[in-house]
Amino acid sequence: MTTLFINKKKHTIDVDPEMPLLWAIRDIIGLTGTKFGCGIGACGACKVLVDNVATYSCLTPVETVAGKNITTIEGTTENLQLLQKAWEEFNIPQCGYCQPGQLITAASLLNSNKNPSDTDIDDAMSGNICRCGTYQRIKSAIKHTAKLKNKH
Amino acid sequence: MNEIQNLSRRVFIRNVGLASGGLILGCNYNLLANDIAVGSLTEFNPNLFVQLNSDGSLIIVASRSEMGNGVRTSLTSVVADEMEADWNKVSVKQAVGDAKYGDQNTDGSRSIVGFYETMRKMGAMTRMMLITAAAKKWQVNESECSAQNHFIIHTSGKKIGFGELVDVVTTLPVPANITYKDPKDFKYIGKNLKSIDVKDFANGSAVFGIDKRLPNMKVVAIARCPVAFGTVKSFDKTAAMKIKGVEDVIEFPRIEKPFGPLGGVAVIASNTWAAFKGKAALEIQWNYGKNEGYNSEKYMAELTERVHTAGKVEKETGDVNKAFGEAAKVVESTFQLPHLAHAPMEVPNAVAWVQGDSCEVWVPTQSPQDARDEVAAYLSTTVDKVTVNVTFLGGGFGRKSKPDYIVEAVMVSKTIKAPVQVVWTREDDIKHGYYHTVSAQYMKASLDAQGNVSGWLHRSAFPSIMSTFQPGTDYPAGWEAGSAADVPFEIKNFKVESGQAPAMVRIGWMRSVINILHGFSINVFADELAYAAKQDPLEFRLKLIGSDRIQDTKDSIKYDTARLKNVLKLAAKNANYSKPLPKGHAYGLAVHYSFYSYVASVVEVSMADDKVKVHNVYTVIDCGTAVNKNTITAQLEGAAVFGMSIAYYGKITANDGAIEQNSYSDYRMIRMNEAPKVHVEIVESTDRPTGVGEPGVPVIAPAIINAIFKLTGKRYYNLPLSDYDLV
Repeated sequence: MTTLFINKKKHTIDVDPEMPLLWAIRDIIGLTGTKFGCGIGACGACKVLVDNVATYSCLTPVETVAGKNITTIEGTTENLQLLQKAWEEFNIPQCGYCQPGQLITAASLLNSNKNPSDTDIDDAMSGNICRCGTYQRIKSAIKHTAKLKNKH
Repeated sequence: MNEIQNLSRRVFIRNVGLASGGLILGCNYNLLANDIAVGSLTEFNPNLFVQLNSDGSLIIVASRSEMGNGVRTSLTSVVADEMEADWNKVSVKQAVGDAKYGDQNTDGSRSIVGFYETMRKMGAMTRMMLITAAAKKWQVNESECSAQNHFIIHTSGKKIGFGELVDVVTTLPVPANITYKDPKDFKYIGKNLKSIDVKDFANGSAVFGIDKRLPNMKVVAIARCPVAFGTVKSFDKTAAMKIKGVEDVIEFPRIEKPFGPLGGVAVIASNTWAAFKGKAALEIQWNYGKNEGYNSEKYMAELTERVHTAGKVEKETGDVNKAFGEAAKVVESTFQLPHLAHAPMEVPNAVAWVQGDSCEVWVPTQSPQDARDEVAAYLSTTVDKVTVNVTFLGGGFGRKSKPDYIVEAVMVSKTIKAPVQVVWTREDDIKHGYYHTVSAQYMKASLDAQGNVSGWLHRSAFPSIMSTFQPGTDYPAGWEAGSAADVPFEIKNFKVESGQAPAMVRIGWMRSVINILHGFSINVFADELAYAAKQDPLEFRLKLIGSDRIQDTKDSIKYDTARLKNVLKLAAKNANYSKPLPKGHAYGLAVHYSFYSYVASVVEVSMADDKVKVHNVYTVIDCGTAVNKNTITAQLEGAAVFGMSIAYYGKITANDGAIEQNSYSDYRMIRMNEAPKVHVEIVESTDRPTGVGEPGVPVIAPAIINAIFKLTGKRYYNLPLSDYDLV
């Protein structure tokens, strides 16, 4: 049995301890906002926050994150919610599929860097692929969110 | 949670069986004047696409698939605009696959082209009936009433909400003659509407195919033969069966149809991880079959040889050989472009549940009616027994037009008598696709003493998409060759030829299709000719396009060279083309007509440490009437990135018949650190709206090549640039 804390809720599951967190979240716990893209950590669609840091859930065996705080796109951390608002404002998503991973990665960036430069944003976000090509809007929305936060 | 749902059956009932009005795409919307739009007291359904409820809420049906194209917002907003509806009261329902909606195959950049007028009609019809209803209720003349933002207003100032008219309007006949709004009064069309689904995309609640769940659903991963159309010789499932969660392993045959599953060995499991693990643990012996010898490198050499000898003539005017003989200068170039894979972020997947002689599927499909037809054919039943629910698509790009993965799920569900979800791995997606074709092209042109192009020969060899539909086809279809033949250059001696090219993998269409290769070669070669003529590429190109005229494409939508030149001039203007750039930066340009739209891009490129960097892309589109400017801008921003992925990294190769690439690690995509700033201008126009999703793609790669030439003096004729260590 593995105990996971996802979005502040406790889940005890009986799975192969090697099962990637991605599939535990999607198939066992039933939160489908976290996406499968490649399974090898090459696209970022699967990212979740583990103790506030963006992590490829497709490469993370569940046993390694037992007891840690996991936040998915369905979660409600301050940075995530501010970014989601900006995502709407900048009308970022096209097909929308990669956006949960993009948002989680952006939230992780703002968790550790209050005022990211363009290069900081590129460095943080370049593990995430958007096949629709929404990158420039994502960049604008992250900058906008950081600015908004720094005003308060 | 916003799951795209089945449209409630009652919404359709009255219109089912009405004869097609024979308007474009044969949609059953052309109600006759004596048909009564029946409704209950609480809802009003004047046509297939509109449902007005007595509380004023308005449901508009999206009949075409949402894959980032924005169609759930754009087409529905056309209905709302003509209806004078309040956009805030609108919700969108996704239609199931059904021929009564007309064409639902969401490809070819034709949702707006094909349905703009239809959607206007749906909205206008409804507005007129609401006006009639209000006039009746108030006992006044209709001419004294008008519609405004979800109300009917009388000249006296009194007003009534749309919802309050439902009881009266449902008793009215459908108007015989429809009157439309004056385009100057449009309030959604031509503006910047946000995606109606944006919130659900941002909070993760949008349900894609892969997110669909049914009680007791099994998850299935399928091992397919590495060589196209190979079959299973034998397999050992012992190791797979030992994996926790794996329940069964079953072999399925290939179905020999264009959209037929490839067949293989299916692992049925209680979760996706177990299915993937089980699949990896299978030991399978394959009969590789006739494509085992496919080596794409060798094949490219053969194609190249073929385009260096005369081919099948597709179009000829004048005498190119005479022109070449009399030329002041002759330029020749050969182009080689590899296969490409669609690689949408969401892998192919499908949920199916066969129960008795009926079947329901939940699928990310671009073509729900093809899916319905294929499923019905597989089950030897009629389409009325098959329900195709369309989910959101995590990208499509043409891959999800082909329902092979849907039939796979149906096969398994039928066999194990349970609801199933087939999920492809990313490796499956890369290795078993319907690939963009592979091509060699040879181009030869002559310049006269004044630097004018006097002769033009363009010879292409590439496996045709038709090879998927008519196995054995080894020459291009007319429309494929046409994209080279219709190049709008005023050249007296002109010849287009095709070379033979048999298909060794499944060939499909990918975003912008044949324009990927012809848009590339034509734009690069025209640029090369400008330098040969010692002229500026922009001036030279405008001269090459020549006079303002309608190019003969045998199509009902006219190809206007003035519009083509206009987008090129505007892109150059937006880029400040004539002003000098910082040292080490250069512009490259390309212009192309496809999907009835005119697109030009000017790209600003620099080279540092022998690596290419694209800084800015200035794209201009003339797509006639712009329905949703936000969507159009987004599509062109995305097309620039898509085109850059082709230019930088796009290459699928085969050896011993098997695709060599695996995933996003070795079939790479542009990422944020490589992405340019894209600046989009949409030409103001009242012409018929034309394609948007695809026409932004073909110009990007050639514009980059042309900029690199300006910077380095070196011309790259083959893609991708990663082969030259330039990215």
